Amino acid sequence: MNKMVNIALPKGRLGEKVYKMFKEAGFECPSIEEQNRKLIFENPEKGVRYFWVKPSDVAIYVERGAADIGVAGKDILLEYRPDVYELLDLNMGKCRMAVAAKKDFRDSRGRTLKVATKFPNIAATYYNEKCRDIDIIKLNGSIEIAPILGLSDVIVDIVETGKTLLENDLVPFETIVPISARLIANKAGYKFKNEAIQAIRKGLEEQIHD
Amino acid sequence: MNNSIMRNDEQAVFALRSLYQRYGYTQYKMSRFEEYDLYVRNKDFLVSDEVITFTDHTGRLLALKPDVTLSIIKNTVDRPGAVQKVYYNENVYRVAKGTHTFKEIMQAGLECIGDLGSYEIAEVVLLAAKSLQLISPRYVLDLSHMGLVAAVLSACGLSEEAKAQALGCIHQKSRHELSALCAEQGIAPSKEAKLQALIDQCGGAEQVLPALKALLDTEEERGAFAEFEALCSILAQSGYGANLRVDFSVGNDMKYYSGVVFKGYIEGIPAGVLSGGQYDKLLQKLGRKSGAIGFAVYLDLLERMEKQESDYDADILLLREPNADPFALMQAVEALQEQGRVLVASAPPEDLRYGKVLRFTEGGLKDE
Repeated sequence: MNKMVNIALPKGRLGEKVYKMFKEAGFECPSIEEQNRKLIFENPEKGVRYFWVKPSDVAIYVERGAADIGVAGKDILLEYRPDVYELLDLNMGKCRMAVAAKKDFRDSRGRTLKVATKFPNIAATYYNEKCRDIDIIKLNGSIEIAPILGLSDVIVDIVETGKTLLENDLVPFETIVPISARLIANKAGYKFKNEAIQAIRKGLEEQIHD
Repeated sequence: MNNSIMRNDEQAVFALRSLYQRYGYTQYKMSRFEEYDLYVRNKDFLVSDEVITFTDHTGRLLALKPDVTLSIIKNTVDRPGAVQKVYYNENVYRVAKGTHTFKEIMQAGLECIGDLGSYEIAEVVLLAAKSLQLISPRYVLDLSHMGLVAAVLSACGLSEEAKAQALGCIHQKSRHELSALCAEQGIAPSKEAKLQALIDQCGGAEQVLPALKALLDTEEERGAFAEFEALCSILAQSGYGANLRVDFSVGNDMKYYSGVVFKGYIEGIPAGVLSGGQYDKLLQKLGRKSGAIGFAVYLDLLERMEKQESDYDADILLLREPNADPFALMQAVEALQEQGRVLVASAPPEDLRYGKVLRFTEGGLKDE
């Protein structure tokens, strides 16, 4: 039985920062730092195998057991609700899920609120709790233009610095939830590779500062 | 019967049926359909609340059953002092997570309903462990106790809403979220430590239970703890201690589950294959006096278990001439079957793989 710990990392800047934490924790894999287009990297000595996947797919790899652990944004976890353990808040990739609209927007409860978002489940849950009737418009990108063109009243999206919003004359109105990168684990993998996963978790935790 | 030709789930069905019968459980066979109303009234109890419905010829709204337990409960009656033990293997119909399409899922399991004593509860958990053992010796059975978890949450003075959130954090082993929740709710550090212990304390009962015991102080907590400790001790004495883990992340529903809850994992399968618990509260909700405990084994997951598959579709391909003597050929096939699976064809089939190729001629068998 394969006792290597399979680790799914999100491709991109966040993934590279996260890998540095794994390296610092003593789970380095030198081949990953070579410049090439490979996606899978192994260090049998340390018992780890890393692979780069699209950030929004990390949770899928982990939930289905192709990866034992991985790093995914809280936004993805809230949107897809994968059945995984969420072991650690890595306190990086920090941003927030927020409702934004044009500066002059005034909400009226007298009509259905049109919400454009990449995160229909998060938006639906948020407005459901407020008993607000909404019409969700699922978009895949350039969410900011939806209110400008009158496609929607508001957007629900990730806000990091607010610069993109500002440049498009939008302002964040309410924060739904703060977002950061989380260490997640497959539930079965956690039982059978517990010691290795705990060691990784501990190594990462030691590097986290508020 | 030759086990190697059976799929993992088929093997498991036979083995589990025989196991449950040895403990006096009788088979419960049910209709594919059930009145939709039954599921609507208890939809939180279901794994998924999406159900395939249709109207029968009298205008009743029926559903393809998404769950077995509710049907069994509906069809049993309370008899003071008695216990009914049934097992089943049935197909259920649920929406597969992520794909939004319905799937037919083969499920085996058992239910024990009636006046439950500590023996009945231990027997069911033991059968869960034995069921996993039959599927693979490399298994883990995670055990928790909803009564104990609920008592700890109450003792910490959390509001009902916060209790559900805290339970969610424990379910996900999310220490950081639990800390944030405690800070928001103004929970005292000593009480937070107790809540965090429900995440941190997982592993063998002999290590976890003493550490946890030291933190408990209300009568309700101690009562539930004693029950859980006694159960773990019986299981350990029965020789199943090594594969048992106390893990309070099992089960995230206090509405239906009241006592022990458990989940079983097999190495090589990414999700839990067995899930169960004591659900007295569901029966109370249905106006019943009985207690109940049971579990289900998700047989569809077993296909993900590694099984040595043959590299070939047939071990021997036996080519025949168009005018070969059928009787002599038949005898040759029967003799060759000693060596494996024999496929007779006049020309090699294109899409199959075979171990070796022989030709049947009047003079006997020849290598091709």
